[in-house]
Amino acid sequence: MAEKKTVIVRVKRQASPEAAAGWEEYELPWRPSMNVIICLRDIAEHPVTRDSKQTTPVSYDANCLEEVCGACAMIVNGRPRQACSALVDTLQQPIRIEPLTKFPLVRDLTVDRDSMFRNLKRMKAWVPIDGTYDLGEGPRMSADQQEKAYPLSRCITCGNCLEVCPQVNQHSQFVGAAIISQVRLFNMHPTGAMHARERLDAVMGAGGVADCANARNCVEVCPKDIPLTESIADVNRQALKQAVLGWLFG
Amino acid sequence: MKTAKIIVVGGGLAGLMATIRVAELGVPVELFSIVPVKRSHSVCAQGGINAAKNTKGEGDSTARHLDDTVYGGDFLANQAPVKRMCDAAPGIIDLLDRMGVMFNRTPEGNLDYRRFGGTLYHRTAFAGATTGQQILYALDEQVRRFEAEGRVTKYEGWTFLSAVLDDAGVCRGICAMDLKTMEVRSFPADAAIICTGGNGAIFGRSTNSVVCTGSAQSALFQQGVHYANGEFIQVHPTAIPGEDKLRLMSESARGEGGRVWVPRKPGDSRAPLTIPVPERFYFLEEWYPKYGNLVPRDVATRAIHKIVFEERLGVDGEAAVYLDLTHIPREVLNRKLEGILEIYEKFVGIDPRDHPMKVFPGMHYTMGGIWIDNDHAATNVPGIYAAGECEYQYHGANRLGANSLVSCIWGGMVAGPASVKYAKGLDNGWESVPAGIYDRERTRQEAIHDALVRQEGSENPITIWKEMGASMTEHVTVVRYNKNLHQADAKLQELLERYTRINLSDRTKWSNQTLSFARELYNMLVLARVITLGAAARDESRGAHYKPDFPERDDKHWLKTTRAIWEQGAIRFEYDAVDTSLVPPRARRYDMTK
Repeated sequence: MAEKKTVIVRVKRQASPEAAAGWEEYELPWRPSMNVIICLRDIAEHPVTRDSKQTTPVSYDANCLEEVCGACAMIVNGRPRQACSALVDTLQQPIRIEPLTKFPLVRDLTVDRDSMFRNLKRMKAWVPIDGTYDLGEGPRMSADQQEKAYPLSRCITCGNCLEVCPQVNQHSQFVGAAIISQVRLFNMHPTGAMHARERLDAVMGAGGVADCANARNCVEVCPKDIPLTESIADVNRQALKQAVLGWLFG
Repeated sequence: MKTAKIIVVGGGLAGLMATIRVAELGVPVELFSIVPVKRSHSVCAQGGINAAKNTKGEGDSTARHLDDTVYGGDFLANQAPVKRMCDAAPGIIDLLDRMGVMFNRTPEGNLDYRRFGGTLYHRTAFAGATTGQQILYALDEQVRRFEAEGRVTKYEGWTFLSAVLDDAGVCRGICAMDLKTMEVRSFPADAAIICTGGNGAIFGRSTNSVVCTGSAQSALFQQGVHYANGEFIQVHPTAIPGEDKLRLMSESARGEGGRVWVPRKPGDSRAPLTIPVPERFYFLEEWYPKYGNLVPRDVATRAIHKIVFEERLGVDGEAAVYLDLTHIPREVLNRKLEGILEIYEKFVGIDPRDHPMKVFPGMHYTMGGIWIDNDHAATNVPGIYAAGECEYQYHGANRLGANSLVSCIWGGMVAGPASVKYAKGLDNGWESVPAGIYDRERTRQEAIHDALVRQEGSENPITIWKEMGASMTEHVTVVRYNKNLHQADAKLQELLERYTRINLSDRTKWSNQTLSFARELYNMLVLARVITLGAAARDESRGAHYKPDFPERDDKHWLKTTRAIWEQGAIRFEYDAVDTSLVPPRARRYDMTK
């Protein structure tokens, strides 16, 4: 009888933020179109390591499983990506799975990315409306303008762009590419643009756009192909203009 | 002085809109969500949102939207609430547009509309093929603004366990668990709006997200909240089969001209595009000449089942049909459908611009849900409201595509103000409720956890879940026989018995996902029984509920809302009359103009 095909997976385990980290290896039955999520579910159903030690299911975040919610970002074979779209047959084995390192660790592969949502708040990343009452249609917009803005509005707040950014580290407050790109998005919208100044003030503050050192790693790992470096350059220009005008007429 | 406070459970479209409406009325809101709200399942909605704006000179109107919705739902929906939703829809689009949703535009700079299933009008506004994501983000941003102003407090990473009911059976808050610290806590409020979405996980694999377990609905059902029309489950005709989930291929693919076909010759192994057109069977177009590929989902799903299981014409002899976009210019596909093409490319590894996609039906949506009244989105338990997919109100026996987003948002618009009015009218608000009421519910929930963690046994929760999903998918989806339904219920009872012997294999008290999953699993098993027994009882065929032994709709006996009631651990059914005051029931056919 032919030997059953298996998948070898190594997961970096850490029971809590204070606990020591360590690797565990698992051998799982291979099936067609397997992804990293299925591997993690297999482990939960049979929490036994390759060397037959009983273990606990791996803690991880996942939700939509079609790369649109942003939840399941982790490092797979050294690269930050969404676990749902990481197909086993395209990965070199043993598949190494680690948590993102630029966010506080909760347990195993679960990290706390709340800082990204807090920064969206700081940047006033919204279109301020007068209320949800019936005030008629929104502003006209050309198809061209929509096609420029739409890709920016597909950001899933996964945090991969922060993970690869050398400027995001323990010593900096840099908000990262995703957040700056949202500033650009809202400054593009006809109503949002009326409040561009506030957003630019925020993005010129500590940890803002000036902290970008142009490593350009962000755009390489974005699962949604968002033109992040263009966004940073554009917001930089807007901020510079506001600073110069402020200096001349302030 | 009495201060009103509202809790919203769930941060998808319904929950966010309810939150916005309550905050706008100046009442503080506490918003609970398992995931950061921006990751809610609404993000997966693809094709668009319906509103009869009549921008293409077709003579569309909100009355036609009402008629399509009621007819599409096979006359099971109460019509007055549907009318209010359809009338409100154009204003909802305006509102979303003002919030900055990046809807596709026409050359003049107006919103563009496309066709969807079950209608002959261009009624669906869309943002590429990621409309749900775009609308969810717009509402998320508005809520974030209220949060920055201190009007909304978010509890993200908390899971709902139960309502806190006082001795008179009135809801006084909720009990929830922090998924990081595993702390169980009671939260006082005057009313709770439940917006916890669908229950796809009951079927194991579905198009739903991981959090769509129906656990909250089931927990409330077990506390006395009624559950309506549970047996009406929508199976979407076009999904990509996968072991972890069935990934949706939006109806908008057909709305933009996509065609469904199989080779006429069984087992024809030629590459699809080399098969000459006369040798292809465009079965939806042949069987339903008027609506063609845009028949409602229940009709398309049954047609695909017939092709695969009766005619044995599945592609390569497998359970699959082609969904073909290759005749549509790439530029159009990229502008209007990129989001879903990307999903097919990433998960299947084939470019659907050049090759027909292989798809098969997958569990997608629950028309049934928490019972609410027709006017205020209020459940039968005072202080509990519901909005969105978790309630039963708008879609009858089958939901039309692109009606879900509008019903979620409208549901939130109704439930928010209704809960505030109720809260302000209370003689005694949450501040006057004795602390013992909150302690009692917390203690009850903690006891369940302690028992689960201590339990010794050999059953694995994921194994039980998989067995439930396989049985439910086989017996309680597209084609239903009473014998099989009873067999499925027997299986559920067996699983409930085995549940008493599950072993968590993780007894820690920090980010223990096995514990929270085990809690959900119990609730899924109970709700699965509601669905299965409701289906067994209803001896007719209506919308998505199809029994070959009872192939006709039977208005005389079954033009009724199913209402499931939990009584001392048993499930009992009552039946209510349906409001058909606006559109008299008539036969539902899609092979001709209705």
